[in-house]
Amino acid sequence: MAALLEVENLRVDIPTPSGLLHAVRGVDLQLDRGETLSLVGESGCGKSLTALALMGLLPAAAQRSALRLRFGGEDLVALPEREMSDLRGDRMAMVFQEPMTSLNPAYTVGDQLEEALLRHRRLPRSKARERAVFLLDRVGITAAGSRLSQYPHQLSGGLRQRVMIAMALMCGPELIVADEPTTALDVTVQAQILRLLKELQREFKMALILITHDLGIVARVADRVAVMYAGEVVESAPVKALFQASRHPYTRGLMRCIPVPGRTRPGEKLGVIAGLVPTPIGDLTGCQFRNRCENARPDCARPGPEFRRLDAGHEVRCVLAA
Amino acid sequence: MNGPLIELDGVSRSFSVGGGLFMRKRPLHAVSGVSLAIGRGESLALVGESGCGKSTLARLMIGLLEPSAGAIRLDGKTLAAHGRHAVARRIQPVFQDPYSSLNPRKTVGAIIGLPLDVQGGADGAQRRRQVEAMMEHVGLARRLYHNYPNQLSGGQRQRVAIARALITHPEIVVCDEPTSALDVSVQSQILNLLQDLRRELGLTYVFISHNLAVVEHIATRVAVMYLGRIVEEAATGALFRAPRHPYTRALLDSVLTPEPGLGVPDTHLGAAYPDPVNPPPGCAFHPRCSAALVQCRRDRPSLAGDDRARVACHLYVSSRSGLTRRTS
Repeated sequence: MAALLEVENLRVDIPTPSGLLHAVRGVDLQLDRGETLSLVGESGCGKSLTALALMGLLPAAAQRSALRLRFGGEDLVALPEREMSDLRGDRMAMVFQEPMTSLNPAYTVGDQLEEALLRHRRLPRSKARERAVFLLDRVGITAAGSRLSQYPHQLSGGLRQRVMIAMALMCGPELIVADEPTTALDVTVQAQILRLLKELQREFKMALILITHDLGIVARVADRVAVMYAGEVVESAPVKALFQASRHPYTRGLMRCIPVPGRTRPGEKLGVIAGLVPTPIGDLTGCQFRNRCENARPDCARPGPEFRRLDAGHEVRCVLAA
Repeated sequence: MNGPLIELDGVSRSFSVGGGLFMRKRPLHAVSGVSLAIGRGESLALVGESGCGKSTLARLMIGLLEPSAGAIRLDGKTLAAHGRHAVARRIQPVFQDPYSSLNPRKTVGAIIGLPLDVQGGADGAQRRRQVEAMMEHVGLARRLYHNYPNQLSGGQRQRVAIARALITHPEIVVCDEPTSALDVSVQSQILNLLQDLRRELGLTYVFISHNLAVVEHIATRVAVMYLGRIVEEAATGALFRAPRHPYTRALLDSVLTPEPGLGVPDTHLGAAYPDPVNPPPGCAFHPRCSAALVQCRRDRPSLAGDDRARVACHLYVSSRSGLTRRTS
C-alpha cells in the first residue's frame, strides 16, 4: 500500500531584505496511515514551515517547491488552492500551539466546530451539531451540549486546546498536523492532551505529524522522528533507535542538554552546544552544523552531505556516520 | 544556627476580580497563609499549575506587591521596614521572557547599569568597568555593550537580564521561569550559568518553574503550591523519591522523560483546575484526588510536619518520628 504522505525535496524560500531565506531545504518525508512522525528541532529550524507547506498555509510571501508532494493519492504540488481548501479541514487538519489566537474570539465554540462539516459535507446544521457534541464529549469536555454556545475566552487553556482537537476531528481526517499542541499548557494538562491525541489516533486510524522541541514528548508519542537543523532533516529514525543510538552530532548534543530526573545528577553541568544557529541566507554549501560540531573535519565544508542509510529506517546526514 | 535569610509568615494576598455593569467584584485569594523560611545559599523551587499563586508569591518576595496579611522578613526585619531601595539591592528578579523584560530602546550597557544608577555610587568609568566585568561574568562579550536587545539572541538576552539582576550584588535572586522561553540548547547554557553563579557568589535562589526536570536539577528544596497554598514542602531528592501529597505525585507522574516505549502516563487528574474565585471547600484538591476521604471534603488540612518535610493532606499524620501515611 502506498504511503499516506510522500514528500520529496520540499523547499520553502522567503524573501527578506538581506536576501532569500532558505527556511526549508530539501526535506523528504514519508508517513503511513496511522503512523506518528515527530519533527523536532529548535526555533528557526524550519519544522513549523514544513508543516504549513504541507497544509498549503504558508504566508503569501513564501515560495514553496517540491519534487513530489502526494497526499492520499492527490498531487499537492499542482493542486489549485480551491481544491486544496477542499482537502484542508476535511482529509487533513491542523492543531496549532496557541488555542487562544487560533480560535476566533467572535464566534461561539459551536459555530467554529460546525463550520468544517457545513463547508465540506454540506450537512444540515442539526447533524453538524450532533457530531460537535459527540466529539466535545470524546475529547473529555463535560456538559458538551452547553459548551457550544460559549465563546473561546470563557474556556481555560486546556479546554480550548481540546476544542481545537475536536475541531480538527470533525470531518474524520486521515492526517492531523499538530504544531507544539501542548507547549502553552501545564504539564498535567499536557499529559492529558497527549494521551487523548494518541487514543483518538488509534480510534480513528489517523496519521499524526507532531511538531515539538520537547524530546520527552517525542520519546513518549512518536513512532518515527525527523530531527531538523537549519532547514534540513539531519537525522531520521524509528523512535527507539534515535534515543538509544543517535548518530548525528546535533541530535546527540540535544540529548545531552536536557536534565532527566534519575539520570542526570542534580547540579552537575549539563551539555551545551556552543555557538549559534546559522541564518540560512546566502551560500549554504556543506554541513550547516559544522561550525558548532566538536568532530568537524575539513570535508564537512564540501557540498552535501548526503543522507546515509545506516540500519532499517535510520538515516543520517553526516560524513562522520559511516 | 542562624535564622533564615528570608522568611514568609502567614502571607496572604488577594485581588478583586470581575466587576462590571451590575456585577459585584469578588475577592480572589491568590496566596493564602503561606509560611516559608529560606536559608542563605538555598535554592527553593516553587512549583504548581498556572494560577496556583507561585508568580504572585514571587512578586511579593521582591516587594512588587504588598501582602494583604502576614509578613515577609529579610534578616528578621519586614520588607517595608527595610525600604524599597534596600530591598531592591538585596533581592532581584529574573523574568521568564527576555523579549519583553528588556527595554528595546536602551543599550545592553544602559540596561545592565541601570540598577547602579538607581542605587547611586558608581558613575563614569567606574560604572562602565563594573558593567563590563558583570557582562564577562555571565558570558556576554564586551563588544555587545552598545548593542540593543533586538540584536541579541534569546540566550544572550537572558544573560543580560541575569547581569542586570546581579550588578548590585544581591543576596537573593527570584527567577520566574527563567528558561521556559528558551530553546533546549540555550536552556542548558543558562541553567549551567545560574548554577555557577550561585556557587561563586553564594546566591540564594527562589526558582519558579513548571519544568520539573529543571527543578530537580537546580533546586535544593521544593514547595508545591495548589490554589494559593503550599501543599507539600521537602528537600528535592526526598520529594522526587517519595512524594507524599497526591497532587505532588500527579505532577511528578506527568513528567515526560525521554524514554521511548513508556507512552504518556495517566495522571488520574480527572476534573479541571478549580476556579480560584470559588475554591472547593475542605481540601482544595479533593475533587481531583483519587484517594479523597469524607473528611477531605469538609476540613482543610493544615501543613504538618517538621523542618525536613511538610505536607497538607489528611492521608498523613505527623508524629515525633516524622510524617506517616494513615493506614485505614
